[in-house]
Amino acid sequence: MTVQALRNDYHGDFKDSVDKFGGAQLVYIGWDKHQLFCSSRAFPLLPTMTFQELLDNVMPEAFSQHPEFGRVVWERAEWILDNQSFQPDHSKTLAELGIGHKSVLRLVTPNLTGYKGADV
Amino acid sequence: MSPTKLNLKDKYKLLTRDLDWEFSYEDRQEAFPYEEFEGIKITDWDKWEDPFRLTMDAYWKYQAEKEKKLYAIYDAFSQNNGHTNVTDARYVNAIKLFLTGVSPGEHAAHLGFAFTGRQMGGIGARVAAQMQSIDELRHIQTQIHAMSHYNKFFDGFDEFNHMHDRVWYLSVPKSFFEDARTAGPFEFMVAIGFSFEYVLTNLLFVPFMSGAAYNGDMATVTFGFSAQSDEARHMTLGLEIIKFLLEQHEDNVPIVQKWLDKWLWRGYRLLTLVAMMMDYMLPQKFMSWQEAWELYFEDAGGALFKDLERYGIKMPDYTETIKQEKEHLSHQAWWTFYQYTHAAAFHTWTPSSDEMDWLSEKYPNTFDKYYRPRWELAAEMEAKGERFYTTGLPQLCQTCQIPMMFTEVDDPSQVAYRESVYNDERFHFCSDPCKSIFDNEPEKYVHAWLPVHQILQGNCGGGGLDKVIEYYHLDNGAANLEFEGSPDAERWKQWKGVA
Ligand SMILES: [Fe+2]
Ligand SMILES: [Fe+2]
Ligand SMILES: [Zn+2]
Repeated sequence: MTVQALRNDYHGDFKDSVDKFGGAQLVYIGWDKHQLFCSSRAFPLLPTMTFQELLDNVMPEAFSQHPEFGRVVWERAEWILDNQSFQPDHSKTLAELGIGHKSVLRLVTPNLTGYKGADV
Repeated sequence: MSPTKLNLKDKYKLLTRDLDWEFSYEDRQEAFPYEEFEGIKITDWDKWEDPFRLTMDAYWKYQAEKEKKLYAIYDAFSQNNGHTNVTDARYVNAIKLFLTGVSPGEHAAHLGFAFTGRQMGGIGARVAAQMQSIDELRHIQTQIHAMSHYNKFFDGFDEFNHMHDRVWYLSVPKSFFEDARTAGPFEFMVAIGFSFEYVLTNLLFVPFMSGAAYNGDMATVTFGFSAQSDEARHMTLGLEIIKFLLEQHEDNVPIVQKWLDKWLWRGYRLLTLVAMMMDYMLPQKFMSWQEAWELYFEDAGGALFKDLERYGIKMPDYTETIKQEKEHLSHQAWWTFYQYTHAAAFHTWTPSSDEMDWLSEKYPNTFDKYYRPRWELAAEMEAKGERFYTTGLPQLCQTCQIPMMFTEVDDPSQVAYRESVYNDERFHFCSDPCKSIFDNEPEKYVHAWLPVHQILQGNCGGGGLDKVIEYYHLDNGAANLEFEGSPDAERWKQWKGVA
């Protein structure tokens, strides 16, 4: 049973389907073991954006407050997309790379251990 | 003939059980249309034992007396400028959180018990639920009155009602109660009557009321005392409903177990706000969240579940998870509010070095290792004139609606991610229990009004953070942001004659 309701055909409309974001799709972006940021954050991004554009424009907006941000070597960064490890071609678009609506994209930088090495 | 005075027993019978009648020409099922769809089987409502022997006339009399005393103290509190006697202006943020986050829940409980007080088939249960419904209405009213004095002197109180339907973190208590209120009457009774009011109530009210007592807030303390006898009744009603359901039919046992698993988790997640209040917001602390959890849940709740074992009820599986989280919860929550306080109706601050030492002492396994460094970095940024406010909007859990800030139980340095796909759409969760609640009833959560997504859809005042803050009726620069330098802090210094 998908819900305990008076009517068996009860259906709650999806409030956050991709058609409601004006052409953009939501992508959640987090930086593993960098807990200055308490959680991943939600960004409405065009599916036609390339990964390189995401690195150039979205990542600084999201993470440049962190003292280690300038030390990220993007060519060597590791990624997790929707719980799978992921090697993006920077010239491809989000859509081409399979970064979809409500995907979770996580940056992993094993050499950077956060403020005072405490994963902050 | 002069009217005879009824003895207590007769009066009780006439004013409770006798209020029901046999249906001669109406269909009982039509009169109580919500009684069966949840799958609960009631074989005999007469087996219901009234949890408290109180008739309506006696109820009105007691409550009126309590109100009279309560309002006399409120008046005295106002006349003596009671707000200047609290330990520190930072304390007032705890009761801003109470008024915005807890009081609307009293109103939601009022509506919920009014519903069950109409829809349960047994008259004894209906009368008890109706009294609780009126109590809960009284609670929100008396809380508003208690806070109204503070509202004259501090920012962040005045728009609590408007904010309740809009502000990101207030969607947590709001959606919690709406989940309960849109269930059937028996799930509501297990959710709010038992899980919340019986099992978890001491973790909500004791912290706020003791916090008030330790911090010189007489208005809130007095409210607490006035509500105490109501709460005692609510607890006995909660216990009676659970025993009654379990004794009525063995088929009820797995249903009740599923509800307990769901609602104890949902209630616990809601108490995240209390955890951070206790450990970070009270200038004069009285107990740590961890200590409160051990005392009121692990000890008292443990004994209760031992008692329920004979019905085949067991402690939810995730209590081990909670045990691990108790050393982390408050730190992660305050850290989240610290960085999003530009969009909150209360102030936040970095803990002082004394407070950090208290936290180290109370949380020897976790504070110095995981959390002290965060506050040191925050202090460094602040010293550079870059007080940390995070950019962007947090990813929220589809079930509890809290930002996904909780870490893996076995790795406190890594945020936990859980996901389900339902009808080709992805949904995200903060934890295994929040995921399984969704997976059990996805249709109930797919249309959750997640504040972050609503903002990004342009439904909260349109673009930009400024617009959102306006939409929240948040007095920008006064009610939000860092405590140091806030108008609250400046006024306090003036009253205390500190330069
Ligand atoms: Fe209440
Ligand atoms: Fe209550
Ligand atoms: Zn959750």
